[in-house]
Amino acid sequence: MAIDIFLLFFLVVFAFYAVYARNLLVSVIILSAFSMVMTIVWTRLNAVDVAFTEAAVGAGVSTIIFLAALSRTKETEEKVKKGKFDIYSLITLFIVILTGSVLIYGTFDMYGFGDIDTPINNVLAPRYIYGSMAELGIKNFVTSILAAYRGYDTLGETTVIFTAGVAVVILLRRKELD
Amino acid sequence: MIIPYITKKMIPFIQLYALYVIAHGDLGPGGGFQGGVIFGASIILHILVFGMEKTKRLFPLKIMDFFGSLGVLIYSLIGLLCIYFGGSMLEYTKLPFKDPHLAAHLGIFGIEVGVAITVSAVMVVFIFDIARKKG
Repeated sequence: MAIDIFLLFFLVVFAFYAVYARNLLVSVIILSAFSMVMTIVWTRLNAVDVAFTEAAVGAGVSTIIFLAALSRTKETEEKVKKGKFDIYSLITLFIVILTGSVLIYGTFDMYGFGDIDTPINNVLAPRYIYGSMAELGIKNFVTSILAAYRGYDTLGETTVIFTAGVAVVILLRRKELD
Repeated sequence: MIIPYITKKMIPFIQLYALYVIAHGDLGPGGGFQGGVIFGASIILHILVFGMEKTKRLFPLKIMDFFGSLGVLIYSLIGLLCIYFGGSMLEYTKLPFKDPHLAAHLGIFGIEVGVAITVSAVMVVFIFDIARKKG
């Protein structure tokens, strides 16, 4: 329990540091460290697949992609001029506080963490856990959910990655300029 | 001196590990996406150490574009094959193998390979196209 609070503390510190660092290179590296801490959090929640993805994508590849994007821009952030405090910023502040309170109010209806009496843990999860071995013979039911029960979603995800690649090629590929 | 040497020795092991993760998706954590990212990361490591031009000679951009779309094609073709053999889309147990469990195993392995090919190729295309050479 103590280590969870320790990790949460580090997450908050890293998040603030990443936002407030003027040097963008520092921000990118801090984000990578943030992902590394998230990996430990996922592992502590027994979500090994997610931890694996977080370590590979969050801490590894996305850092490199950010660095590549940095090669197209300046290394330090521009200083932003502070605007006047007028009625519009007051309205914005009011809307933000209202939305935040509604979201927090919504969490009161949520089930407790890992609650055994919820429909999710009573109906859906056993169906997958026991069905995976009986129907498909797949031992890791995370994979059987991803690839078989929710195969359509994974097809969509793969198409999203493909589309992102196509978009990058269309927008950024210049044969002569580079 | 040290970094290129270590990189040359490390890349085969990273790629072997990526293939292990892809192939053992239905036994342990990981799968096509994670394995594909690790495989792409090994190529990105090559870019970081040896520079774009050398890597482009080894992994030409056109081939990477081709693989990026090949993975999605494999995935959807397996889905359509399941329809052809009388199941729903991506219902692997209807594939024509002796044992429905074997069919599910091979079908899931097939789509994992498709996901891995697309993910690793698109990662490399990202880096090739986003990073700019300092003139």
